Amino acid sequence: MSERFRVDGGLDAGTKPVRFRFNGKELSGRIGDTLASALLANGQRLVGRSFKYHRPRGIFSAGPEEPNALVELRSGAFREPNTKATVTELFDGLEASSQNHRGPLGFDLLAVNDLLSPFLTAGFYYKTFMWPKSFWERLYEPLIRSAAGLGSLSMQPDPDSYDKGFIHCDVLVVGAGPTGLSAALAAGRAGARTVLADEDFRFGGRLNSETHEVDGKPGREWAIDAVSELRSLPNVRLMSRTTVYGAYDHGVFGALERRTDHLRDSDGLPRQVLWRIYSKRAVVCAGAIERPIAFPGNDRPGIMLAGAVRSYLNRFGVAAGNRVAVLSNNDDGLRTAGDLAAKGIDAVAVIEPAGVQDTAALPEGVRRIDGAILATAGRKQLKSVRLSDGSRLEVDCLAVSGGWNPNLQLTCHQRGRPVWKEEISAFVPGDDLPQGMLVAGAANGSFNLPHCMSEGLAAGAEAAEATGHTPKPVEPPPTSGDTFRIAPFWHVGEGRGRAWVDHQNDVTVKDIDLSVREGMHAVEHLKRYTTLGMATDQGKTANVLAIAITAELTGKPIAQTGTTIFRPPCTPVPIGAFAGRSRAKEFRPTRLTPSHRWAVERGAVFVESGNWLRAQWYPIEGETHWRESVDREVLGTRNSVGICDVSTLGKIDIQGRDAGEFLNRIYSNGFAKLPVGKVRYGLMLREDGIAYDDGTSARMAENHYVMTTTTANAVPVFRNLEFARQCLWPGLDVHLISTTDGWAQFSVAGPNSRSLLRKVVDPEHDISNEAFPFMACSELTVCGGIGARLFRISFSGELAYEVAVPAGYGNSMMRVLMEAGEEFGAIPYGTEALGVMRIEKGHAAGNELNGQTTAHNLGLGRMVSQRKDCIGNVLSRRPEMVRHDAVRLVGFKPVDRSKELRAGAHFITKGAEPTTGNDQGWMSSVAHSPMLGHHIGLGFIRSGADRMGERVIAADPLRGGSVEVEIVSPHFYDPEEERLRA
Amino acid sequence: MIIDHPLLGPRDAAEFVCLGDASLIERPAWDSPDAAARFHDYAYLRDNPAGEHRELWYHEQGDRSWLVVTRDTLTHEVISVELARDIAIGLGRDR
Repeated sequence: MSERFRVDGGLDAGTKPVRFRFNGKELSGRIGDTLASALLANGQRLVGRSFKYHRPRGIFSAGPEEPNALVELRSGAFREPNTKATVTELFDGLEASSQNHRGPLGFDLLAVNDLLSPFLTAGFYYKTFMWPKSFWERLYEPLIRSAAGLGSLSMQPDPDSYDKGFIHCDVLVVGAGPTGLSAALAAGRAGARTVLADEDFRFGGRLNSETHEVDGKPGREWAIDAVSELRSLPNVRLMSRTTVYGAYDHGVFGALERRTDHLRDSDGLPRQVLWRIYSKRAVVCAGAIERPIAFPGNDRPGIMLAGAVRSYLNRFGVAAGNRVAVLSNNDDGLRTAGDLAAKGIDAVAVIEPAGVQDTAALPEGVRRIDGAILATAGRKQLKSVRLSDGSRLEVDCLAVSGGWNPNLQLTCHQRGRPVWKEEISAFVPGDDLPQGMLVAGAANGSFNLPHCMSEGLAAGAEAAEATGHTPKPVEPPPTSGDTFRIAPFWHVGEGRGRAWVDHQNDVTVKDIDLSVREGMHAVEHLKRYTTLGMATDQGKTANVLAIAITAELTGKPIAQTGTTIFRPPCTPVPIGAFAGRSRAKEFRPTRLTPSHRWAVERGAVFVESGNWLRAQWYPIEGETHWRESVDREVLGTRNSVGICDVSTLGKIDIQGRDAGEFLNRIYSNGFAKLPVGKVRYGLMLREDGIAYDDGTSARMAENHYVMTTTTANAVPVFRNLEFARQCLWPGLDVHLISTTDGWAQFSVAGPNSRSLLRKVVDPEHDISNEAFPFMACSELTVCGGIGARLFRISFSGELAYEVAVPAGYGNSMMRVLMEAGEEFGAIPYGTEALGVMRIEKGHAAGNELNGQTTAHNLGLGRMVSQRKDCIGNVLSRRPEMVRHDAVRLVGFKPVDRSKELRAGAHFITKGAEPTTGNDQGWMSSVAHSPMLGHHIGLGFIRSGADRMGERVIAADPLRGGSVEVEIVSPHFYDPEEERLRA
Repeated sequence: MIIDHPLLGPRDAAEFVCLGDASLIERPAWDSPDAAARFHDYAYLRDNPAGEHRELWYHEQGDRSWLVVTRDTLTHEVISVELARDIAIGLGRDR
């Protein structure tokens, strides 16, 4: 098949020919074509099947409003369904295939739905699949699901990459037709930082599709000149292939730029860029979309919008048919016939249901027919139309225009309500525009070219002036195209066939009629009942027509029938573009500990802890189960010395004359009297009295404290401290800075920890038990002069220290500690061994401070001082919070020591049913204790502190298995705490 | 949404964390005789009007200022932006 519908001219005559494939068939086109124009050039009229009835469908439009010509592009993992052929730029090697048919496109098995159409009316699903109830899930839904949907996904990860970008400008001009170019010229010439975005790959809008003259030359040439002037201005940025899809608060716009969609291979470049555009003023010059007229049989391939017929002819040099008739209620009928005749195509007739066209201006040989179309014929391509006088016209293309609808979506994204404008029979933007937005040209309901140009210039100048620039007054250039007359005409009432309103979702005039008769008078109800406007095209050619028909059926004026408003995006945006680079492992940043590199070399197994990757355990040769590694690490630490990177803990530097008083109000326990050189454990409450976070604060100097928080709460605790400092006690002299990333901190724990550190800490610092007792802290030097901090604190219950060095030394410090520890058999331990040792010691952690427990529940009630103000202490005293029979944190041992415990089990009295009513509390943390040789657990049980020695059942009905446990002290190991003071 | 930070100029709302009703500045005195009732109201009762609302926003990805943003919750119009610290001092909060 050659390009037998290609006619002379078009804007891209003489450009490079290209080859592409449609449904496996090789076809030819040229650079500058869309897939749709190339298909039409090759005479490929049938391009898809409709959603519900699987009707044969052809190309209907020449833009993003296309309801029919949806195709799958590319293959394999690159496959993209539901792509509009009318905006897909042709390139050499493009592969496209039609969708939504079983069997070949020309013989679709599901076309049987078309014969069943009398039963598949509006509300069909709601009425039909109701009985028997059980059939819905088992039969109806799977059947419908397999039949529904248009294209199909590749089911593979998207191999393309996407980027995000940010642009700041004075003036954003949306749309580069005659209005937008004028606006950009006015703003750009005035010196405003201007962005001009258009979704097309060629600037000029309708100037490229019409034969208008501007400033004494063809409009498309004027557009080229305007673009080259704009390109010469350094303050103007032109963005083609860029759809401004959403208007957000305060002049922020979302835009999608297609960077490599028009290339055969993206060559590693991002396929699309999602822009966030910050504008001071926006001029919306988004143009208008033509709407059809509904008449029986109006969906056959070959029936298309009149403006699209002109686009294919004038811009792409493609005849949409050999014998063309025009059905129009406005001046466009005349223009279409004239343009066709000028290119030597047989324009058979202009059919006028409403009588506005100027007969005298009709080209020679074109008949004017007053009347309407009652039926059409031709299954896979239009063959003829039957007129209201009974005569038949043999045509293979029918150009239809029911008028134009301004593209006002962006004006509605912040609840703007369009208003009905009688003179043009269309909705135009209301007064409630988003802040900083101006609308000009066809988007504002101005359908003649001189008005578009002057409005564009005026809006561009106004926007420039509003952003502090001085525009020069310019006269709009003289143009043709100064008339637009329309007589409202929406649908043909006579005739028997179905008249489509929403082509993609197969909604007909009869469906609207039925739903109005069934009481769906509100547009929003109608939409949901019939699915009108809910397909991938969002009803761009259907919505206003449907509202007009509803108005007619309900006998109300259109203005009172209402309209649906719009939410972003105006046209679909790929999810991949919203995700950008934030995919898979890059979904959020990964934070690495300072000793990460060392841990990788050592073969550590890592665990995600928030954004952090932490060493969970360090397997050595011969270990086959994680428990072997963890037990060895616990024993190694308790028997000699172990080292753990604890840099992930939040660290906050607190300074100022009132720093101590500040901490005294942040922590529930007292901090006012903490001496210099000492550390204290602190508990924080929320203002409602629930336990929030815990950690230590060290007084490094008179007015200098260093706080640690849990890893998980490092960010929110800092936020809360800032709140307290700025909003609650602004008079306190206290200053904060987060130093979590500034310091590498290592726990050195075990009976040999002091001996090890003695080798690392510089000799002038005395760290003997007498000089540096439990809970001491100091600034000192290590490794011959490296500034460090040493804290004698212990989470493991052993003699232990935490040593901190600037983060840059972290990796080396880990190596130094391990080397110094070699003679003691020092081992590194991970988070799992850390957890086992803290459970052995009965220390609460995240599982216990879970946002539901109080200090009283945790057995830390005495840490809530009643003698001072602190966050949470007033509400923590409420009677329910301190009930004597509240759950208390205690320890649990399995009665049969060989049994395993499970966190999440709930406690019930022996012999009681495991029901919610009998629930006495829950197990929060469990571990196998290598010191005791059996499982141990921490948990909350009612009146726990008074029930030592009692036996209860830890019931776990969900996972099966209940274990009899004994209530014990949570301090399983070294309850006298002799080891940590050694 | 853009918040016009009193020190840093217009910043994207994505840089901020919103806490809600600015009445959280007015923390009751812990030692007042009806402290329990007042703290109850403070901790649990918030205004959530359709219209003008004073809210606390924290510039977490910025200079860590807490701001009081007066905002219309229907239109998202930002009416004024002040440093919460100044508001707190104006309300007599001190040490």
